[in-house]
Amino acid sequence: MRHLMPNVAISGIGELKPQRRTDGVNTMDLLLRVSAEAARDAGLRPSDIDGLLVGPQVGETPQHVPAAVAEYFGMQPTMANVVDLGGASGPGMIWRAAAAIAAGQCETVLCVLGNHRNPTEPRSPNRNPAREFDTPFGASGANTSYALLMQAHMAAYGCSAADYAQIAAGARANAQLNPMAIFHGKPADIEEILASPMVASPLHLLEIVMPVAGGEAVIVTTVDRALRGPHRPVELWGAGEKVTHRAVSQAPSLTSGPLKPAIARALGQAQLTIRDIDFLSLYDCYTIMVAATIEDAGLCAPGQFANWLRENGGMGPEARQPINTHGGQLGFGQPDLAGGMTHVVEAVRQLRGQAAGRQIRNCMSALVTGNGATMSEAVALVLGVQA
Amino acid sequence: MTVDLANLSVPGPTANSLTAPFWQAAEAGRLMIQRCCACDKWVFYPRAICPHCWADALEWQTASGKGRLKSFSVIWKPGHPGWIAATPYVVGLVELAEGPTMLSHILVQANDVAVGDPLSFASTNIGGRILPCFAREAT
Repeated sequence: MRHLMPNVAISGIGELKPQRRTDGVNTMDLLLRVSAEAARDAGLRPSDIDGLLVGPQVGETPQHVPAAVAEYFGMQPTMANVVDLGGASGPGMIWRAAAAIAAGQCETVLCVLGNHRNPTEPRSPNRNPAREFDTPFGASGANTSYALLMQAHMAAYGCSAADYAQIAAGARANAQLNPMAIFHGKPADIEEILASPMVASPLHLLEIVMPVAGGEAVIVTTVDRALRGPHRPVELWGAGEKVTHRAVSQAPSLTSGPLKPAIARALGQAQLTIRDIDFLSLYDCYTIMVAATIEDAGLCAPGQFANWLRENGGMGPEARQPINTHGGQLGFGQPDLAGGMTHVVEAVRQLRGQAAGRQIRNCMSALVTGNGATMSEAVALVLGVQA
Repeated sequence: MTVDLANLSVPGPTANSLTAPFWQAAEAGRLMIQRCCACDKWVFYPRAICPHCWADALEWQTASGKGRLKSFSVIWKPGHPGWIAATPYVVGLVELAEGPTMLSHILVQANDVAVGDPLSFASTNIGGRILPCFAREAT
C-alpha cells in the first residue's frame, strides 16, 4: 500500500467505561489510568514514551496543562502540547504525533483525553464572542447550534425527521454489540427517538449524545517500533484538518462543513477513494453531524444521506460500509473531549481484528472523523493495516 | 411564548469598549454594524480591524435592519435556566441585507416560522435590557 504520510502507526489503545456520574474523582487519575492501559496494550514501559499530547481544561488545571500532566504521570517528554480542537482533538492528536515523530522530536507519543463528571464542578468563565452575541438572545450551548444546522439542512433538501432519526437508531443498535456502551441493553427504534422530547427543534433528546465521564488513550509510534509490539500496527495513511469558524452565525455554510476538505486531503494522502474505505468511524455528537459527514465525504450527493444509508444496509457490522460499530457517541456516550477519540480507538480495534462480536470482515482501512464547536473544527484520518 | 421577556432573569451581553456602540445603538432603536472603508465590506460581530482585509479602517454605520431567516430553532430546553419561563421561543440566524449573519431572538410564534422568512429589526426588552431582535417583516 502506497501513501504519503510518514511511517507511523498506532500501537496501543486504552478506554475507560463511560459513567454518568463520578464523585470527587480527579481528572489526572482518570487520564493516568487510561494511559497506563494504552501503554500496557502497546507493550511499553512508561519510560518508552517521550511525547505527550493532552486536551485543554484538564479538570483542575487551566494552564500549563502538558507540564502538569507529565509531572503527575512521572514523564519527562521531549515533545508536549495541548490539542484544542473540541471534538476533533483526538484525531487531531494522531497526525500531530506523526509530525512530531517525523520531525525527530520524539519516537513514541501518548495521546490522552478524558474527564470526570463530578456534580459540583464549577464552570469556567467565558467571554468569547459567542457568549456576547449569542447567549443574550436565548441561544447557549451546542444543542442550539446543531439545531440551527439541522433546520437549514432540512429546509435545503427536504429530508424528514425520520431520515435523521435512523442514525440514532443505528447507533443504538450498534451499542447492543458493545458491552462498554452506556446504552448497551437499551436499544431505541426510530419511533422511540421521534417520540423523545424536543430539545431544540428539530433535534429530539435521543438525537443528542449523553454526557458521561470516561477516558481514551492512544499510543502513536514508528511502524518499526509498533512491529515489535504485541499487535498488528495500525498505520496512519492520511490526515486532513480544517477550521472555518467558531460561532454558528459565522459558518460559511450551514449544510456542508470543514470535514469536506479535511476528508479529501486525508484520502488524497492515503491514495484512496471513499469507496475504498472498509469502516467509517464518524464523529456523531448529533444525528445531523453524521448526515452532513456522509454527504461531505462524497458517499452521496448533498441531501441524499438517508437514501445512501438505506442502500448501505444501515450502520451495523454487516453493512456495505459499516459506521460507528462501537455505538458511536450516540450509543456509547460522550466522555467529554475523549468522545472524539472513541472513533480512533474503535477503528484500531476493527483494523486489528479485535472487535469481538461486532468485527467487520476483512477490515483493512478506516476513515476517522473528528468535529469540534459548531461543525467548525474538523480532522479526518485514514488508518489502515498491511495485507 | 406568553411570558413578558422583560421580566426574565437571563445573562445579558458582556459588552466592552469595542462592542458597546452596537449595544447602545440597539437601546436607541437602531441596528449599527461596522463597515470597512478600505474594502467596503460590512462586518459582524464588531472587531478592532477588518477581518476581510485587515485594514484599520472600520467605522460604525446604521444598517437597513432588513434580513432573511437563514435557519431557526424552537427552543424547548434552554441552555440557561433563566430562559425556561419563555419556552417555547425561537432563535434564528439572520442574514442581514448588508451581508453578515447574526444570531438573534426571533419574535414569531413557534408554529409559524420558516427558513427564508423576511425579517426586520425590532428592539426588544429582554431581562431589562433593550436588545437587537427581529420580527417578521410587515407586508
